[in-house]
Order: sequence, then structure tokens, then C-alpha cells
Amino acid sequence: MSPVTVIVGTSIGGVRTAQGLRAAGYDGEVLLVGEETALPYDKPPLSKGLLAGTSSIEDLTLLTERAAREAGIRLLLGRAATGLDIGTNTVTLADGERLRYDDVVIATGARARPSPWGEPRGVHVVRTLGDAQRLAVDLRRGGPLVVVGAGFIGAEVAATARGLGAADVTMVDPAPVPLSRVLDPEVARWFAGLHAGHGVTTRFGVGVEGIDRARDGLVVRLADGARLPAATVVVGIGAVPQDGWLRSSGLRIDDGVVCDRYSRAVGTEHVHAVGDVARWPHPRAGELVRAEHWTNAVEQAACVAHNITRPRQPRAHAPVEYVWSDQYDHTIQLTGRTGGRLGHLTVPGPDPDRSFAVLYADAEGTFTGAVTVNWPRALVACRQAVGTEAPAAEVRDRVTAARPRTTTGARP
Amino acid sequence: MAVVKADLALCQGYANCVVAADDVFDIDDDGVVLVLRGEVPESERPRIVDAARTCPVSALEVADS
Repeated sequence: MSPVTVIVGTSIGGVRTAQGLRAAGYDGEVLLVGEETALPYDKPPLSKGLLAGTSSIEDLTLLTERAAREAGIRLLLGRAATGLDIGTNTVTLADGERLRYDDVVIATGARARPSPWGEPRGVHVVRTLGDAQRLAVDLRRGGPLVVVGAGFIGAEVAATARGLGAADVTMVDPAPVPLSRVLDPEVARWFAGLHAGHGVTTRFGVGVEGIDRARDGLVVRLADGARLPAATVVVGIGAVPQDGWLRSSGLRIDDGVVCDRYSRAVGTEHVHAVGDVARWPHPRAGELVRAEHWTNAVEQAACVAHNITRPRQPRAHAPVEYVWSDQYDHTIQLTGRTGGRLGHLTVPGPDPDRSFAVLYADAEGTFTGAVTVNWPRALVACRQAVGTEAPAAEVRDRVTAARPRTTTGARP
Repeated sequence: MAVVKADLALCQGYANCVVAADDVFDIDDDGVVLVLRGEVPESERPRIVDAARTCPVSALEVADS
């Protein structure tokens, strides 16, 4: 009997694991199971192109039925997994069906942290296609928009709404600056200025007390007593791993599925985890980490596909962190460890008004990571330097190294 | 040989391809992909297909010549 791999979760991590198994020459059955009925789709455009109306659902589709058939991937959509039994090697679905596996991949991702202020009509989170479609409808109705949370999702939604012509957009965050988890205050203030410069009212350093229904919409109450009228509110305050269905599995669950360095659930050989739901010991972090990033999911999927196909030569998952965000006409890219108590130095880019890189270093001056704005070339140099123990000053020289200017002419 | 193609209009400068295969891909000063080698031998195809697949906007294609 040929082996069976059951992959639970149809977002980027699950899809790429399925494709990776075939690319690695896996000749068993591959089942891709997910609770959503939509064809597998990509999530980054949900807060950008899909919301703006410049990307269609087809543009977001990661795997068509035909592509799945051709790759020998069996798609089971609209079928939520409700349990995992690692004793009998079965995944139980909501409709009672049990799927036997030789290897199982947990790729159920994370869900938006729900609004702690209730969810009256007009209050949104952005995580799924349905979320983004509902928000797009409300944004087109117009009226004031209040974005709660100045992380990537909140910032992208605010930027997209301004691009759609929303006149009254307010961003609220209890932290004194946006992106406070990944940037130091000085650089974060530049991002606060980016929003303000694009006509967004920013209310940083003040929390939300509640969201009330009013006669003609919503009112967001702030801790300082301010009351912000809103037609639409977007709550972007993070995500929580979707690990509830594994509660009785016996796996170690602690803010995600706790894995070994090969992305296998600790204590198991045939239970793997990929993407936002996986927590594993990152060699450079020296602790368990969970990454909610597209590129991490893609790289972890390739690693798990390899480990399922070649279990005797398993590969450890030791990625270089990489995140991007598109806000207004700015491309923001982060790699490695940034922000917090790390020291930093700023390097002006080719267009100093628009582009720069901020390099972060530990107390010894060793480069740890960078954030770049409108300067992908610098990002590449920094990303290649993460983990090499290079001094930050040396990375700065690499970033600024003179080279003949090249362009494809593809950007006006 | 396999042919490496890039859709310059789709490219957003995410640069995953450069990190995956900097002998085939680079990025220009405006943040647009540069294909350094438009043809790669069959023996290199799997690695370049993997690199192309890291593109978040599917701007890269590895085709038969």
C-alpha cells in the first residue's frame, strides 16, 4: 500500500508542502484538507490588492482544481479537521470521516485575534478571504474608518483605504509608535510620519476602551476620553495559532505546536507542523519561536516536504527572517532581528528622501538584522548577511558599495 | 536547457529569488528583478524552479526551451 500524507490547512504552508512533496519525488498519496470552501488562496494581498480591487480572487488562488489534479494532490475543501489521534494515525473531520496517514502535516495557521470590544456590525478583522471581501464592501460605502492596531495589517489597511479615497482614516494604538514590536522608537516615528503625511490621523499611545453602536454607525471610545465616530472599524491586534483542534491529541501545545528543529511535533516522528501554527527552536534565537510570515511558511514547507520524503536525512529549519509590507507607494522590508534594545545605524539610499536602510546590531556591534524602505537591493545584502556574524559596519559598507547603476526600465 | 522568464510588471522587489539563487537572479536599483542567465542547463532546473517558486507574486517562470 502506498504511503499517505495528510496535510491539514490549505493556506500557503499546506499548499507548498503538498507541492514540495511532489517536487521531492514523494510517490504516496497527498491529501490537502481545509475548513474553507474556497480554493486555496494567498493571504498577503487580502489587506492590499484584494481590498483595493486591483487583485481578483483568481489572482490570489494558490492551487486550482486542475493544478491539484495534475500534481496528484487530493483536495478536500470545506472539511474542518476536529481531531488528531497519533496512536491510530488518524485525522478526524467534522463530518466524522477519519483519514489514516503515514505522515500528517499541521498547517492550520493562525486566526485573527478577535476584537475584545465585541463585534457589532461594521467591526472587522482581516485574516480570511471572507473577512477581506466584507471589509471591501464596507470601505466602499464610505464614512470614517478607525483602524485599531498599528502593526502590519492595520498599517496596510489604513494605507489601502486612503488609496481608495477614504477621507477620514484614524489609526489608534496603545504603543507610542507604530510597529513597536519590530522597530526601535526612532525608526518607528518615521513610520508614524508616513501615515500622517498620507492624511491618516494617528492616535498613538492611547488604548481603546470600547466600541459602541451609535444611531448612525459606531463610536470608538479611547482611554483619554476621546470618542471617534466610525462607519467602519478594523481591529488588527495580532493573531492566535489555530491549535484548538489538537487539544486532545497529546501533542505539546503551547502558543502553537511545539516542534523539534526538524519541524516535527516534539516526541513524534511523523507529525510535522508548518507556518504560523508551528513553534520550533530557532538556532539563532536560542529559544522556541513562532513566525507569522509568508516566506517562513514557504521555507518550512520545503523543509517538511524534504523530511517526509527523506526521513533518514532530515533537514533542520533555520530560516533568515524576512517580512515585507506595502504601504502607500512604499516597500518596507525587514530581515533578521530588529528593534527592541538593539543599536542601529541608518544608511541613506539612492533617493535619500524616499529610500533608506536601518541596520541593527547587538552590544558587540554584530549585525542582527535590518529594515529597508524602498531599497530592495539593500535588503538583499542585509538578508544575505544575517547569521554570518558580520560586524554591522561591514554590512553597511556592503550595502553602500559602489556599483554601476542598473535598471530594467520596468519602473518609470 | 530551461528558459527563465520574469514578468517585470508583476515583480514587487521582494527579492526571495535573489536570496534563493543569486547566480540567476538579481535586482535592479528600482527594485525590479534582473534575470542574469536566461537559460540554465537541465541539471540546474530543480534548484531554479524552487527559487522561482519563492516569488510571492508568481512573477517567475521556468519553461522548456
